[in-house]
Amino acid sequence: MSKFEAEFKGRLGNFEVDVFFTLPQTGITALFGPSGCGKTTILRCIAGLTQLEGNLVVDGKSWQNSSNFLPTHRRPIGYVFQDANLFPHLSVRGNLEYGLRRIQNTQKTKLWEEITEMLGLEALLDREPSKLSGGEKQRVAIARALLSAPEILLMDEPLSALDPFSRMEILPYLQRLHLDLKVPIVYVSHDLHEVEQLADWMILLKKGHVIAQGSISELLANPQLPLARLPEAAVILEGAMQNFDSKYCLSKISVNGGSLTLSQNLRVVGSRHRLRILAREVGIAKSWQDGDASFLNVLSAIIVDIQPFGEQQATVFLRLGKQANGDVLLARITRKSCDVLQLKEGDEVKALIKSVGLVGVPTVDQAG
Amino acid sequence: MNEWFDAEMWEATKLTLKLAFITTLLLLILGTPIAWWLARSKSFIKEIIGTLVALPLVLPPTVLGLYLLLLLSPQGNFGSWLSEVFGSPFPFSFKGLVVGSVIYSLPFVVQPIRNSFEAIGEHSLEAAASLRASPFDVFFSVALPLARPGILTGSVLGFAHTVGEFGVILMLGGNIPGETKVLSVAIYDYVESLQWQKAHVLAGGMIGFSFCVILATTLIERHWRKKSNE
Repeated sequence: MSKFEAEFKGRLGNFEVDVFFTLPQTGITALFGPSGCGKTTILRCIAGLTQLEGNLVVDGKSWQNSSNFLPTHRRPIGYVFQDANLFPHLSVRGNLEYGLRRIQNTQKTKLWEEITEMLGLEALLDREPSKLSGGEKQRVAIARALLSAPEILLMDEPLSALDPFSRMEILPYLQRLHLDLKVPIVYVSHDLHEVEQLADWMILLKKGHVIAQGSISELLANPQLPLARLPEAAVILEGAMQNFDSKYCLSKISVNGGSLTLSQNLRVVGSRHRLRILAREVGIAKSWQDGDASFLNVLSAIIVDIQPFGEQQATVFLRLGKQANGDVLLARITRKSCDVLQLKEGDEVKALIKSVGLVGVPTVDQAG
Repeated sequence: MNEWFDAEMWEATKLTLKLAFITTLLLLILGTPIAWWLARSKSFIKEIIGTLVALPLVLPPTVLGLYLLLLLSPQGNFGSWLSEVFGSPFPFSFKGLVVGSVIYSLPFVVQPIRNSFEAIGEHSLEAAASLRASPFDVFFSVALPLARPGILTGSVLGFAHTVGEFGVILMLGGNIPGETKVLSVAIYDYVESLQWQKAHVLAGGMIGFSFCVILATTLIERHWRKKSNE
């Protein structure tokens, strides 16, 4: 996978689609935006299920240009639909074999074993789709897509039709895909928390236009984007496990511009973790003496921006580290506190973090 | 053969079944692609074709029979070409009956199959395409199996409707024993000549046959529906 470039233009229903974006070589890219912003349409365009004017180059090959349009069945894609969409006339095995039988691959047995094991399907193979739970159906659908040996996996809100329990059941499988799969995944979602847990990259859409694209941590902390203005605004930090305090069962993780303490045993020193810090869980202090309060996580930071949030609150953008060269953190505080503390851009402050959440699955560095 | 069921009656029965089987087979071969096209196409012409296919539902069989007779007649251009290709003229022959039956029963086969195809929706077909199935492949591996109930209903209706056909056959085929004298025509003959008993045997038999066919279809469909809902 050397290159992925997409450009689509056209009218669909009551809005204009006009997008250009590129995809990284691996990892999950979220197509994110409110309902009706054209996410699914764009995914369908990549699959060739919907035809708009445009250009699409995948892995150096043109799938669509002004004179050519490769039909869906000639594109090496895997597509996971919102509602699983299994063939009702075939058993689980029949559904899984459908794509597998139609590809040229010498290692079909190996592929079959890997995928059915990865999605835990051995026990379901002889069942009828109508006898599966929502979560099981979606697992079969994901496996079916993977068994056609796709060069790119397209997922259209695969969790949105599921109840919370089935979602919890599927998420670990998706996270495993993320780690094991060598192909890029395009993941359509309107659920920010889901995206924070899975995606590495994000393409932010609004009314058929790309308003930003980049790594998810960058976009979440960007003062120019609407993400930081959401009530559940949060940032994602990546960090490596440093040491474990066995007396209090606390792990220390170094992030860009400081270190954070987590009340969990993360076991492997050097393992990389993804941390989520909600804006409303972060407070600000002008000065700080160690031992003054119960907060474990107090980091030096510099205010880079302050934006009002509603009538009573404000969102403060903090850059971690004394030299202001670390990650960005968001703090949602009251406007009153802002005035009392006389906060302004450039101030050196302390960020008090009430809680840090782990999201996604840890990865282990080669060296670690 | 006994007095209840003589050779002439047996011949009419055999001829009717042969006509119905051949007609149903041709209807499935012809009607399924038409139904697929009618279910999938978005062009306006499909409404015109759909209307033409449905016409036999409302036309009196005599009207259809009259025009078919004129069309197939060896005096006309098309009819003479046809009889040259097939070696003998179509009117008043078994071949003619087949042509008439196929056209007359077409809507009974196309409509249920079309409904079944339409009920499949885009979803399964798109899933198949995303799994590298060509449109042709999708038709045979997904559309046909999923349209099974409609194909069954269509076949049964086509078969039964052909067995019960009268007007078109009389117009197009007359009353030649062993060639065009099917059951419905035979019954009419027996009534005309006041052979009530024979008329009753055949007519009663047809009621019993129709009842069994429709009941069997309903049961099979119920079984399939149950299986897919389990």
